[in-house]
Amino acid sequence: MKHVFTIVFLLALIISVDAQDKYITKNGYVKFFSSAPLEDIEAENNKVQSIVDLAANEVVISIPIQSFEFDKSLMKEHFNENYLESEKFPKATFKGKYDAGKQLTAKDIGTYTVAASGELTIHGITRPLLTKVTLSITESGVRAKTKFDIRIADFDIEIPRIVFKNIAEVVEVTADMQYAKLDAQ
Amino acid sequence: MKRTQYLLMLNLLLVTSLIQAQDDLMSLLDEKTEDPIQFIEATFKGSRLINGHTIQTRKQRELEFLISHRFGRINSGAYELFGLDASNIRLGLEYGLTSYLTVGVGRSSFDKTLDSFLKFRPLRQSKGVKSMPISLVYFTSIAYRTLRDQDGFEDIQSQLSYTHQVLIARKFSAGLSLQLMPTLVHRNKVEEINGENDQFALGIGGRVKLTQRVSLNAEYYYRYDAPDNENLFNSIAIGFDIETGGHVFQLHFTNSRTMIERGFITQTTGDFFGGDVHFGFNVSRVF
Repeated sequence: MKHVFTIVFLLALIISVDAQDKYITKNGYVKFFSSAPLEDIEAENNKVQSIVDLAANEVVISIPIQSFEFDKSLMKEHFNENYLESEKFPKATFKGKYDAGKQLTAKDIGTYTVAASGELTIHGITRPLLTKVTLSITESGVRAKTKFDIRIADFDIEIPRIVFKNIAEVVEVTADMQYAKLDAQ
Repeated sequence: MKRTQYLLMLNLLLVTSLIQAQDDLMSLLDEKTEDPIQFIEATFKGSRLINGHTIQTRKQRELEFLISHRFGRINSGAYELFGLDASNIRLGLEYGLTSYLTVGVGRSSFDKTLDSFLKFRPLRQSKGVKSMPISLVYFTSIAYRTLRDQDGFEDIQSQLSYTHQVLIARKFSAGLSLQLMPTLVHRNKVEEINGENDQFALGIGGRVKLTQRVSLNAEYYYRYDAPDNENLFNSIAIGFDIETGGHVFQLHFTNSRTMIERGFITQTTGDFFGGDVHFGFNVSRVF
């Protein structure tokens, strides 16, 4: 019986310890850029939500699709209504881990290039994603920056032939997120 | 024996907690954040359901050019090329002052009528932090017949008519949207016999999406206390919306000849079920 108590106590300790290494953002920035023969399309989102857990080397990201803002509002309507079907799939998500070569903690102030890998879900379709992330740890928080390409076809997003020259097959995604300590929230 | 059981338990706990870790982090994120307000986009594809307006207003600083056409009656036979020899046209421009206030002007060939309107949207359907079950739009318009040499209609006053309308719509799902349109049309002077100046009507309509870019639309206006005139009918229309990029094409069949409220609500002269059906289309281009 004694063992059980010890185990439970240890587990509880582990959970409580790693809670202090969690960082959150509710206004992360994600941009995508599509360059096609007829036009360049760019959309920005400042309402990205994410938690990074330094103790567990984990990160989760949730991107509200409707919060992407375009130059032309008709583009936003088509993006939501025809391509991303945001009423059916309101969020894009990423769940993954990262490898910094060593275990980072809140005390390791500095900038690191880490390799993140995990599952990216857009339009209800989940694909693996590997990307390099620049992770900066400061006294006040954590900042993460990354850039990667995604293929529209991988996520079952249909581009009709009539606008084929307006929308690129590969879209460049840029993310920049400033996290604050979860405890402080 | 007991000890191995505990070890096994510990193992299980650790393994499951590792697997669940990322999902836990995701649920923690959900717990710590709330979904931003999500406005329901594109309840309808166009600013017109068929003849009448939808709750769709133009976005801010967007200009729409709308060409509407109604041919003659299909049952007029091969001599009239099933109505295609005759046509009514309305040309319109609409502009979004803000995303909830649209103004527009138009000119119809029928009775050479000029019209202008204002569309104001106080309620917008949304979900998330703030939830609103419907969109609501107030529509008002004035129409001026410029037709010359009409006995009894020499002064400007007699050629004016007004429409007030409340549009209430809900997008039930991506595929189904419905709309109610209580309407009052006031004509300063009525052209037909037995006509009243004020005509109340209740419109009902909706759309069912057939594919991502094609929908089936229907629209019906019921007139309350309709004047005793066997030549006048309630307006019925059925048609398709076809969307291609910045264009919306609407192809439809209706018993109404005109494309403004004072016309299709009070002066529809076709008996839909008697075959007096007009083919027509609306083409919209947004700049």
